[in-house]
Amino acid sequence: MAKEQVLLMSDIDKRFGGVHALDHVTFEVLKGEVHVLMGENGAGKSTLMKILDGLYTADSGKVFIDGEEVHITSPLQARDLGVAMIHQELSMCENMTIAENIFRGEEMGKYGMVDFKKMYADAQKILDDMNLKLNAHTIVKTLSIAQKQMVEIAGAVSHNAKIVIMDEPTSSLTEVEIKELFKIVRDLKAKDTGIIYISHRMNETFVIGDRVTVMRDGQYIDTLNVAETNEDAIIELMVGRAITEVYEGERAEGGEVVLKVEHFTNEKLKDCSFELRKGEILGFSGLVGAGRTELMRAVFALDKVEPGAKMTLFGKEVHFKRVQDAIDAGIGMVPEDRRGAGLVLGHSVATNLTIAVLKKFIKGIRVDKKKEREIVEEYRHKLSIKTTGPDQVCGDLSGGNQQKVVISKWLAAEPKILIMDEPTRGIDVGAKHEIYQLMRRLASEGVSIIFISSDLPEIINMSSRVVVMHEGHIAKVLDGAEEEFTQTKIMRYATGQGQES
Amino acid sequence: MKTKKPNAFLNKVKQYSGALTILVVLLVVLALTTKTFMRVDNILSVLRNISVNGLLAAGITCVIIIGCIDLSLGSTCAAASVISVVLNTSMGWNVWISIIVAILVGGFIGSINGIIRAKTMLPPFIITLAMQQTIRGIAYVFTEGTPIISTDNTFNAIGKLSWPTIYNAAGEKVFEGIPVIFFIMIVALVIVDIILSRTRLGRHMYAVGGNMEAAKHSGISYTRIAVSAYVIMGIMAGLGGVIMSSRLYSGQPTIGVDFSTDAIASAVLGGTAFGGGYGSIMGSFIGACIIGVLNSGMSHLKIDAYWQMVVKGILILVAVYYDSIKDDLKIKRKKKAEG
Repeated sequence: MAKEQVLLMSDIDKRFGGVHALDHVTFEVLKGEVHVLMGENGAGKSTLMKILDGLYTADSGKVFIDGEEVHITSPLQARDLGVAMIHQELSMCENMTIAENIFRGEEMGKYGMVDFKKMYADAQKILDDMNLKLNAHTIVKTLSIAQKQMVEIAGAVSHNAKIVIMDEPTSSLTEVEIKELFKIVRDLKAKDTGIIYISHRMNETFVIGDRVTVMRDGQYIDTLNVAETNEDAIIELMVGRAITEVYEGERAEGGEVVLKVEHFTNEKLKDCSFELRKGEILGFSGLVGAGRTELMRAVFALDKVEPGAKMTLFGKEVHFKRVQDAIDAGIGMVPEDRRGAGLVLGHSVATNLTIAVLKKFIKGIRVDKKKEREIVEEYRHKLSIKTTGPDQVCGDLSGGNQQKVVISKWLAAEPKILIMDEPTRGIDVGAKHEIYQLMRRLASEGVSIIFISSDLPEIINMSSRVVVMHEGHIAKVLDGAEEEFTQTKIMRYATGQGQES
Repeated sequence: MKTKKPNAFLNKVKQYSGALTILVVLLVVLALTTKTFMRVDNILSVLRNISVNGLLAAGITCVIIIGCIDLSLGSTCAAASVISVVLNTSMGWNVWISIIVAILVGGFIGSINGIIRAKTMLPPFIITLAMQQTIRGIAYVFTEGTPIISTDNTFNAIGKLSWPTIYNAAGEKVFEGIPVIFFIMIVALVIVDIILSRTRLGRHMYAVGGNMEAAKHSGISYTRIAVSAYVIMGIMAGLGGVIMSSRLYSGQPTIGVDFSTDAIASAVLGGTAFGGGYGSIMGSFIGACIIGVLNSGMSHLKIDAYWQMVVKGILILVAVYYDSIKDDLKIKRKKKAEG
């Protein structure tokens, strides 16, 4: 039985500066179907959904709901058209009641007065219809995350949503809560609602999904019937770009141990220990939220660790109290959130590039302008950063060039250990290639690189060894000299099922 | 700041074009509409009057650059004013030591603001609002709410002295001289400007205001920066309080209630961005000149004192609005660049 189409997004194209976020993507959802959208980080899933929700406007392409072309320019309009987005980060007024949240922005009543009686009655009816054992008068703050999610879905139901978008809805739910959520998803399905389900969890795709669409690097790859495919086939589609000369170069060989991290534990980390060798590229793989960034934040003294943790640097035990201590000891960190934590976007290339090495040219009130220019020019040239000049504002640069400024900032400090957290995220292939080359060159010069990435091909092709993390602990360390890295192997450990085979 | 231009001086003028235009227009209008404004004695009086606000504007510029605010600066002035006279006249301390201690107390109050901000991360508005009450209260307790008369001639002379006084051949005064307190302000501003533009501390302050997270990742201690900015603010307020005392021949626990309005207005008029990360002493100085000329000019135009407040209030609103759309324009330009 052929189901009717409820949504068609046709030939959607979107660019952010130099980044081609969506490259003529077409995507459809049928009535009463759970359509899983999969892809690595940065594949374009969220961008596509934000266009549907009216947060972004597509550069070109058309959107049809129930066969009619629509132009969605705001989330409010999206809601009126029957699109409901259940956000990854819940967006609710925590101090208000469930009913007030369900009807937020469209309180019923006359003359600007809210008809609370009717509002609570209607809200209770929706909750009861969904078999949620919740009282509409409850303050949202007191609910569990799963319950909040249910309330958001209830809100969507109240608007008779035709299309419900769920962005990683299970990321913070327990097993039991996931089962409840799936029950509600099935109820929605039975009411002919089209559901777009974004998830990184493969097993969920097979439990709840009808069809799965895979995206990669802003492109539509394929749509498969869940019943006719398997896990490996989907993973291959997700990561399976041809390994071209992008990664050319020799695998870096590690020397003696330079950094030894032992028993790092805090809120996000469970007893993490690892070793870093001179001149190696140590890959860190794992799912989002596995604790890779958190571990590096702890090493870099941005976060605290519980007593019992030990760190040995070049054979000497060290205790960093402040970030400056880590920098002084020869560690640099290119953060994951380049715009949020790497750069002052409104300031110039020169000021950003030199902020960690001001000591080199400012002594008291004597500013050695010549020396400052020399440093800036050296790295602008070395990393071929494309700018109109050292005074160009960083916010105006492309993602790749911004990243080069962040890397330069640390290279100027001449680090012995460089932590690079997702250094190639959101930048184009050309710039990626340059960054890979730079990493190999640094490693050959004896710099030890910690390389966090969610992109499996780059982890596999660049790393000397790979540390796989899962839910805050180190699941496995794979050595490239002993075995071949494969995506399936890494994925197994990353998803916590790694003990067998 | 945007891109490299061949002429650095023109660039500077362009940077402050908005504020300079307002200042020049005000001066021209006042010169044409009043006979009295442009007289030498009046201009000297304007210079005297902007001295304290200039100091406060420089201090608040540092605080705003790091993304904070200070509402307690007026209370700090009052505290320093009272302390300087109490130590000097009432307790018989040496005049210079009294002054230095009063200024240091200002810096100490600032350091408390900074430490509380860095350790609790409460909104600076709330912290300094509470501090404003606390310090003012202490000043009242100290003095039982009444002014303390200063009897030290040296102390009282500071606010009066001018230089260089010029006499003609007949021995008549032809030029009163520029007020010494104006020179004091200029020296203080030059020092703060050097700190901001030429030291590591200054660069760190801009970085913290521009992006706190990125600054932390670069090894910059937020505590150190917050305390430094508030200490500079406190010292400026302390110095301002001492100058006020000297001009009034007394320690006044009630002064400075509306000082933060003028100081913030000066900084904002001078292009200091309320979100942090941008601003300069030169800009804030021009802003302080505008406020000073406006205050004096309105009196010469015989505008009622109450209406003067209305005009200043509206002017602040316009300046802040301009500041906000300036940021919008920047974002628009950025968006354009991103396609």
